Amino acid sequence: MPLDLFNVGEPIADTKAPMDVSIGERWSTRRFRGRLVNPANRRKMTIIVVGTGLAGGSAAATLGEAGYKVKSFWYQDSPRRAHSVAAQGGINAAKNYRNDGDSVHRLFYDTVKGGDFRSRENNVHRLAEVSVNIIDQCVAQGVPFAREYGGLLDNRSFGGTQVSRTFYARGQTGQQLLYGAYQALERQIAAGNVEQHARTEMLDLIVVDGRARGIVARDLVTGEISTHFADAVVLATGGYGNVFYLSTNAKGSNATAIWRAHKKGAYFANPCYTQIHPTCIPVKGDYQSKLTLMSESLRNDGRVWVPKERGDNRDPREIPESERDYYLERIYPSFGNLVPRDIASRQAKNVCDEGRGVGAGGLGVYLDFAEAIERLGRPAVEAKYGNLFDMYAQITGEDPYSVPMRIYPAVHYTMGGLWVDYDLQSSIPGMFVIGEANFSDHGANRLGASALMQGLADGYFVLPATITEYLADGPFDKVTDEHPAAVEALQGVQTQVQKLLDINGTRTPASFHRELGQLMWDMCGMERSEESLRKALDRIPEIRQEFWTNLKVTGDWHSFNQTLEHAGRVADFIELAELMCIDALHRRESCGGHFRAESQTPEGEALRDDENFAYVAAWEWTPEGQPPVLHKEALEYEYVHLAQRSYK
Amino acid sequence: MQSSVGNPAAEKRGMNLTLRIWRQKDPTVKGKMVTYKVTDISPDMSFLEMLDVLNEQLILQGDDPVAFDHDCREGICGMCGVMINGEAHGPQQTTTCQLHMRSFKDGDSIDIEPWRASPFPVIKDLAVDRRAFDRIIQAGGYISVPTGTAPEAHSTPVPKKDSDAAFDAATCIGCGACVAACPNASSMLFTAAKVTHLGLLPQGQPERNDRVVNMVAQQDREGFGGCTNIGECSHACPKGISMETISRLNHDLLGALRAGARPKS
Amino acid sequence: MAKTNSVFKKVVMAVSGIIMVLFLIAHMIGNLHIFQGAESFNEYSHWLRRLGEPALPPRTLLTTIEIVLLVSVIAHIWAAVSLWRQAKRARPQAYVTKKSVAQSYASRTLRWGGVIIAGFIVYHILDLTFGVANVAGTEATPYDRTVASFQNPIATAVYVITLILLGMHLRHGIWSAMQTLGQSNRRRERTVNAFAIVFSTLLIAGYLVVPAAVVFGLVD
Repeated sequence: MPLDLFNVGEPIADTKAPMDVSIGERWSTRRFRGRLVNPANRRKMTIIVVGTGLAGGSAAATLGEAGYKVKSFWYQDSPRRAHSVAAQGGINAAKNYRNDGDSVHRLFYDTVKGGDFRSRENNVHRLAEVSVNIIDQCVAQGVPFAREYGGLLDNRSFGGTQVSRTFYARGQTGQQLLYGAYQALERQIAAGNVEQHARTEMLDLIVVDGRARGIVARDLVTGEISTHFADAVVLATGGYGNVFYLSTNAKGSNATAIWRAHKKGAYFANPCYTQIHPTCIPVKGDYQSKLTLMSESLRNDGRVWVPKERGDNRDPREIPESERDYYLERIYPSFGNLVPRDIASRQAKNVCDEGRGVGAGGLGVYLDFAEAIERLGRPAVEAKYGNLFDMYAQITGEDPYSVPMRIYPAVHYTMGGLWVDYDLQSSIPGMFVIGEANFSDHGANRLGASALMQGLADGYFVLPATITEYLADGPFDKVTDEHPAAVEALQGVQTQVQKLLDINGTRTPASFHRELGQLMWDMCGMERSEESLRKALDRIPEIRQEFWTNLKVTGDWHSFNQTLEHAGRVADFIELAELMCIDALHRRESCGGHFRAESQTPEGEALRDDENFAYVAAWEWTPEGQPPVLHKEALEYEYVHLAQRSYK
Repeated sequence: MQSSVGNPAAEKRGMNLTLRIWRQKDPTVKGKMVTYKVTDISPDMSFLEMLDVLNEQLILQGDDPVAFDHDCREGICGMCGVMINGEAHGPQQTTTCQLHMRSFKDGDSIDIEPWRASPFPVIKDLAVDRRAFDRIIQAGGYISVPTGTAPEAHSTPVPKKDSDAAFDAATCIGCGACVAACPNASSMLFTAAKVTHLGLLPQGQPERNDRVVNMVAQQDREGFGGCTNIGECSHACPKGISMETISRLNHDLLGALRAGARPKS
Repeated sequence: MAKTNSVFKKVVMAVSGIIMVLFLIAHMIGNLHIFQGAESFNEYSHWLRRLGEPALPPRTLLTTIEIVLLVSVIAHIWAAVSLWRQAKRARPQAYVTKKSVAQSYASRTLRWGGVIIAGFIVYHILDLTFGVANVAGTEATPYDRTVASFQNPIATAVYVITLILLGMHLRHGIWSAMQTLGQSNRRRERTVNAFAIVFSTLLIAGYLVVPAAVVFGLVD
């Protein structure tokens, strides 16, 4: 690997997990050995929590209950808007209510394997352990999970597992879990334990004497940029899928908080691990602003196909069976349409690359229910998938009962994120990262219904227990606005914001965002190659250059200015995109969501290289013009044995 | 580019529309309707994508783009919401982000206004401040169960009927369309949805009386109008929260007052 | 606090409304005496005043009823005005364009309908109870006053129109009262609505047969 792209630094390791006991005892041992903060001292300590999704909302509420002074920040009008609200499927927990052989160890095992052996065993085991407490907590909060006629909780099964351990609330599980956390948070706000900062965006981290001590934030309504101090800072700001412009993320989802913390010294781990979800509604036109997911469950009864001939424009109903290619059933006879997400996505891309895609732009494949409707009858299909069919009809204006749906993969989740240790502390002491914003639990691929589990595990149970070890040394010396680190951070933000306004060029932030997203999708999307990544790495600096010379942002920063907000986020996405490509280029293996064209089995499946790449790539930011530094955290598998996945 | 097959609207002709949009720089100044033209709008665009197109034009002209709230754009976060030709979220019973331009025709004139209610002050243009809803939740829209204190999930079975009805009420996304559509600017449907959700579950019983009196007291304090059972709210609600929840709130409130529950001042 | 909240106002509205509906039923049945002839009708009117005698002093019960009704009317109006003012305060800036989707004609006319009905009650009492506004004069019998009044086309038209308004007022009012008192639910909603419509229609029909009879000469 040429040295101009990055340098290799010292290895890094987690030192917090107690390795002298067996994996089943590490979490309880860690909690026992960690120091505590007595209730009187908690009142003297302030914790900033940025973001109010499942992780941030539950953390802020729990820390407030514990007696800390919490300051909670979010960019929307209400904490209830956080994008966790959009999660459809469910939440996993090793309750074994089905008596089908589930256990903490099995959930742990499935998650490590599903992550294609690129996650940390200790963190995943802990996740499996606390999963059971999450369900108890949520039920007590009044989350209306689906129930059976006997009044007990219902479960369903999800991809990548052989047991039924997914708890759900119709197709709106994320919404209901989020409202549970939101209500707990509002209770703490009412009690005066949590101070709220609505419509406020974190724009920088303040680091004093090597410790994270506060943030610089902009009030999006008044435009005021101000500093906020604390004894510890928690980032729960979600993933960075919007680097691709089009994704299933919310329009406002952004990487600014984690990226600016990265530039202040936090290592960024595995940025290239991106999950592409196979069943989304395809792009319609240039104006498209986001992509909508259709639950994976549709693949249980729908059959995926494309025409055998390239450029076959006929109405799908007029294409005879003999001229259709049910390619998943053809390539994977035993799993058929139910292969895992990454494989289904990549095969859809392959047939479209061959020119056999359908719909506008040729970027879509059919998901056909004609056979299911004939076999089960329309009422049965309606009962099972009615709400999804309605959603599809609402968005596309087509009737999926009579015309096959068109689907296409879309960016959905980012497994990468800021590097954290077992305590969820980043490489900056005093800064903790939870939920999708960290890298810790999903390796190179996340299993369905595990994102909600991780967010709530981190927020309710893990962080509140581990943060005490750090705070036991506090409260730390008071920091004020006059501190040089605070002054520098504040001025840095003001300068940057002014700079964005001063360019006065001819392109909108959205136009740069679209261009960057298209480039990343083409070059660093479902399939990456040395060549495509090199191309992207040539092109991104040009986009950045043009961004900083030809951007147009109207208005000023002393008022509500959504264009300015967007511009700042795009600036960070451009920089992050470059690191993603470097990470993807350096990882010359395929694993989970990261598929390198050069690294595949003769059958075209992902081929890992455990010899050389069984590590977490933690990237350190270096000042302008310098290549980033790679720190490797070796991954060792004591309990789950490395194996190749096969779905043929 | 292939044509979209099997779709009657396959022959897509761009629409030209006249938009009359409420422009208001900030809460302290008076606003007014301003007319804009947009051309070549695809019927497949969402309503917000149509506004994106307008805003891109405005930015390039050096004009101030129209401020509007939005986030998930898949109908679940509740952040978006404007009055479209006098109807909250427009002519379909859905969120503004899920309204598509095929609901309009070429040459249409569309009036776009913010939610109007004094507890929802305009921040700018079409964006309003809905934190009053959060304060109603703060007044009692929760079950007090600190993290770690919960009993095992199966210790209290909940009849499926109750659980399903609680879920229906719990789907409220807090968008504010009910207030916007109500001739009295009442927040009753929002409050009733939460009272119903928690009141139907066994876990919600201990605080049931205090919850309802405090939430109702808070919505009055915020300055929302009173409910006169008209039903515009339920018709505008993108999640179809029913008027039944309001009856339930009233029932609970009268019971709570009889039982001696009084709002915290 | 509890007494000023919007739901309390609605309860006042519902309870006072129910009292007035009970009165309307009794009043309507009483009116039908007119079909038994002048003597019966006048005797009924006289009987009302003697109600409760000799256990109670003359006119005690009727006066009590009148007081209850007056209090109900005032409470009903107070609640309505108070809710109306609250609604005005809650939306000081009106929409440029606003459509009604769910609102029935009955609920839309509730407030103005209420004002017209209130005005009518005053006229109605002056006309038929005290006779001061009646062409037959204060000395005429109740029967003669009634017939005289309905032989006047304007008075009849006012009566008919107001009663139709009253019917619509009740149609929404009954449903609304059930909602407010927390007695409605999805299962009952249709029943409550159907009851409100049938009840209002029958009640108003019961009232309208009297002027109809006079106009068509069945009673003179």
